[in-house]
Amino acid sequence: MSFGPFLLLALMEGLVSAAVLALMASGLSLVFGVMRVVNVAHGAFFMTGAVLAWFVAGHVPGPPVVGWLVALIIVPPLVGLLAAAVDVLVLKRLEYEPEAVIVATIGLLYILEQVALLSFGPDARPVAAPFSLRLQLPWFGYSGYKLFVVAAAGAVLLAVWLVMTRTRFGLVMRATQVDRVTARAFGINVDRVYAGTFGLGAALAAVAAVLVVPTTQVHYLMGGDPLLLSFITVIIGGLGSLRGTLVAALIIGLSDGVISMFWAPTLSKIIATLLVALVLVFRPQGLFGAKA
Amino acid sequence: MLRLEGVSASYGAVTVLRDVVLEARGGEVTCIMGRNGVGKTTLMRAIMGLVARQGRFVLDGDDLSALPAHEVARHGIALVPQGRRLFGPLTVAENLEIGLMTRHRGRAVHEQVLDLFPRLRERLGQVSQTLSGGEQQMLAIARALCLEPKVLLLDEPTEGLQPSMIAAIREVLLGLKSTGVATVLVEQRVDAVLQVADRVAFMGHGTVAEVVPGAGLRADAPRFAAYVGV
Ligand SMILES: Nc1ncnc2c1ncn2[C@@H]1O[C@H](COP(=O)(O)OP(=O)(O)OP(=O)(O)O)[C@@H](O)[C@H]1O
Ligand SMILES: [Mg+2]
Repeated sequence: MSFGPFLLLALMEGLVSAAVLALMASGLSLVFGVMRVVNVAHGAFFMTGAVLAWFVAGHVPGPPVVGWLVALIIVPPLVGLLAAAVDVLVLKRLEYEPEAVIVATIGLLYILEQVALLSFGPDARPVAAPFSLRLQLPWFGYSGYKLFVVAAAGAVLLAVWLVMTRTRFGLVMRATQVDRVTARAFGINVDRVYAGTFGLGAALAAVAAVLVVPTTQVHYLMGGDPLLLSFITVIIGGLGSLRGTLVAALIIGLSDGVISMFWAPTLSKIIATLLVALVLVFRPQGLFGAKA
Repeated sequence: MLRLEGVSASYGAVTVLRDVVLEARGGEVTCIMGRNGVGKTTLMRAIMGLVARQGRFVLDGDDLSALPAHEVARHGIALVPQGRRLFGPLTVAENLEIGLMTRHRGRAVHEQVLDLFPRLRERLGQVSQTLSGGEQQMLAIARALCLEPKVLLLDEPTEGLQPSMIAAIREVLLGLKSTGVATVLVEQRVDAVLQVADRVAFMGHGTVAEVVPGAGLRADAPRFAAYVGV
């Protein structure tokens, strides 16, 4: 294959990672933005979503697409409810003290991983792709499912954006983000907003997981890399800025695709980490974040 | 009518208010005066349920003492906080929308409120933190009026404003009297108090020390001097 098509392939692979990363990171960013806490268990929610998707897909009879669709519909709300429960039972009692929340979510991360290890086991397992359409380009064939992942992630992100900017729940979330005390003085039940935000953030990780599992393997440790990349994305984009998160996910996803294909995946991680260091030194609020 | 009995409030282990008794009657302006740090803002926050509080808070016969903050507002107590505390990155319209949502008020209330503040009508799409100081204060009051409140708490609404803006706010407050709202106004400026107050509550040593009728206070400069040090 000559250089041009090779680059195209790399960019397409990068676009797929960017789309999934954008979903994942927007959940982390949303939680940080509204609640001012860092959710270290975000990758573990992703993993939990993937394990549940594997379970659901394996237990629904009929062609793979049916099981996968059922998973897409029920897994994100389930993971969201789990996260909301954690918020009410744990984070609220810690009064959202930033350091305490970090420690608590590290604990949660280990609990979720161990539960997955005990129930799902140590092996990596596949989930059948819901459909096996191949898009035949002049130079190479490409997975139609992966392109569908890009479109689906785009649609979900658009929905999140519409919820944030056009709905009452979004307005309430933004007001709470600005000033939770004054929000309460205007009848906003901040406890409920926090539970909803934490649940929504985890549900986004779960959506990313259900979309991704047919292209990879489910494993109880699969949350680590996405967590790291989400942190990198959110730091580069600016904590709490949805737009920044999207742009940063595109930069990281596309460069990851290109660098991994032409050089090595490790190099792309090294470069991303260096980029974070540069951003932290020269623009600590991120590319799009408001100055603190 | 809002009635407070035996109210105390504290931040952690520090008790700021003790044994406060106060009444705010519908159609009247009750002014709260007292030195910096005496606890005026804390009293407003205690009424809203935003600080740890004890004692009885009764609104038109309903006991609000045990309610969480967000439900206090839903019962019809609206706050114009000291320093305005708008939702800065949100637009004027969105700030008003938050107020309207509190008590499920709609278009009609929105229009009424904007009729009181025509300058806000022209700026509905503007991000509120880019408004001038006076416009921000108008928005803070407008946002509170969107609740159609039974009780309106204003914490130093004239702080840092020029005289014409203060006069505009005074007109709005005087206009509200006829609607039966019980207004509680924290105010440091004696002249402003004299123009609107039906009753004045003087605070000292973390409590309401004395309540006097507004009429007749004009001649009573020593009273002001004792509590506000003018
Ligand atoms: N969040 C807080 N934590 C601890 N102490 C506080 C807090 N807020 C206020 N205080 C203390 O409570 C006391 C009363 O403060 P408050 O703001 O109610 O006074 P104020 O009468 O409104 O003053 P000002 O006229 O300056 O607005 C002060 O001694 C203040 O230091
Ligand atoms: Mg004050």
